[in-house]
Amino acid sequence: MINLTINGVPVSVEKGTTVLEAARYLGFPIPTLCHKEGLTPYGACRLCVVEIGREPNSRLVSSCTYPVEEGLVVRTASERVVKARRMVIELLLASCPQSKTIQDIASRHNVRQQRFRQEHEDCILCGLCVRMCEEQMMAGAIGFRGRGRGRSLGTPFDVQSEVCRLCGGCMEVCPACQARCTFNEPEKAICGACANLSPPCVEKEQFHDMMCYLTPCVACEIKK
Amino acid sequence: MSSEEIEKIVSDYVERQGSIIAVLEAVQNRYRYLPEEALRIVARQTGRRLVDIYGVATFYKAFSLKPRGKHLISVCLGTACHVRGGQAIAEEFMSQLQIKAGETTPDGEITFETVNCLGACALGPTVVVDGHYYPHVTRSQVGGIIADALAGMERDDGAAGARLFPIHVSCPNCKRSLMDYDRRLDGHPSIACVIAYDGRKGRLGLSSLYGSRASEVELEVPMNEPCRFYCPHCHEEMPHYSNCVECGSPMAALYIRRGCAYEVCTSRGCPGHLLNLDQPNMK
Ligand code: SF4
Ligand code: SF4
Ligand code: SF4
Ligand code: FES
Ligand code: FES
Repeated sequence: MINLTINGVPVSVEKGTTVLEAARYLGFPIPTLCHKEGLTPYGACRLCVVEIGREPNSRLVSSCTYPVEEGLVVRTASERVVKARRMVIELLLASCPQSKTIQDIASRHNVRQQRFRQEHEDCILCGLCVRMCEEQMMAGAIGFRGRGRGRSLGTPFDVQSEVCRLCGGCMEVCPACQARCTFNEPEKAICGACANLSPPCVEKEQFHDMMCYLTPCVACEIKK
Repeated sequence: MSSEEIEKIVSDYVERQGSIIAVLEAVQNRYRYLPEEALRIVARQTGRRLVDIYGVATFYKAFSLKPRGKHLISVCLGTACHVRGGQAIAEEFMSQLQIKAGETTPDGEITFETVNCLGACALGPTVVVDGHYYPHVTRSQVGGIIADALAGMERDDGAAGARLFPIHVSCPNCKRSLMDYDRRLDGHPSIACVIAYDGRKGRLGLSSLYGSRASEVELEVPMNEPCRFYCPHCHEEMPHYSNCVECGSPMAALYIRRGCAYEVCTSRGCPGHLLNLDQPNMK
């Protein structure tokens, strides 16, 4: 067991636990965006920042990827953390203002304005869909392409992937593309599953007992 | 292009446990770009997912998913080359070739691209044509470089990871040039030194192409025996600052420019050499 203190409260947790899990265990809320239980932590959004160590040597880390250490001192809501977190929210708003998930986070933290150049991206590169597709759906149909400013998300060669199961898992977890994946702009769709033209459970034998996240689903409606 | 051929290239690498990047490089060296089919074959034969292979292929600027011209001209716009005027060189290429960066001339001869650092910053502005490095390029050289490219340079496919570019060195003691314009090696002026072994002296000519091992020795020296290196002008011995990583013998340091040395292993037959861009003794 590893002993640490979070906001002054001592706690001992198993080795390998992340700071985020330990804090949530004690009931301290830490907002997250690119973190989902059941998916490998990725550390993309930095919303879950916490401060570790004692001043003046303390530093900010992403709690979802930081494993607990013996004697670690963590603050989840220090002035520095709150400031950094508000900045992250502003940046998210700057790139993806139409996302319901991001709007909700902003309003919960009372961020009403952002001071950066306004953009309208349909992806914040959080990697949730990639991990969902690979780790839960065992498909590996979508991934990151390119680098830097040109980094984007989609299928290889931008054509419908032959390994995609049309399960809708990627859309289910995406914090940004609820607006985009309605297939009214086919060239912006990631996997095309949202078009739901051929519900997997109906047409694809091998997918009989798989999870499916497609909503709304035509086939579901008919079966009822 | 045939699938069997691609499969052959890939399986050669898989057997040698080459990395994905090495496999893709080999495929690109053969076809000058990465055809879609090739990526699918690489994924299948390495047991990786196509998304991952595609991710790697699109991550590096060196890989192209679009067919490229017969010759590739890359102009460096990395920080060091940029401050030395790389942008003007790139613009000159674009206006002479009448294409933009990343495009290929309509006749399919030349693809022009800009890159961010070729790892030869001391030589900037740097231009690379089919694996051959042109150092300190000026605008007036652009036309000649295009002509060289069209005439065809022997393609260096980077198989050994060697980078070939010409360097110009002088004696660290008297600062006189060691370049011998009459005796050429690899088509470039050679580097002339005097070496001594067992009380005898003789001329040594080294290729000035960095990465090339070509040399001419006019003195019998048994293999793997270190010699002493002297300047043919002032007859002072070349300084030694480090030992060869290959064989441990002392390296002779030649002067490139302030703070920058070309070090060669003094042992006969040893390929050890390096470019030391931060050699305080050369200041
Ligand atoms: S719909 Fe396709 S791309 Fe999306 S998670 Fe499922 S398998 Fe992956
Ligand atoms: S498409 Fe959605 S889930 Fe996938 S990386 Fe972009 S924002 Fe995240
Ligand atoms: S019926 Fe259910 S399992 Fe089938 S596609 Fe619709 S939501 Fe998925
Ligand atoms: S939730 Fe930790 S970085 Fe996104
Ligand atoms: S900046 Fe041009 S070679 Fe490094």
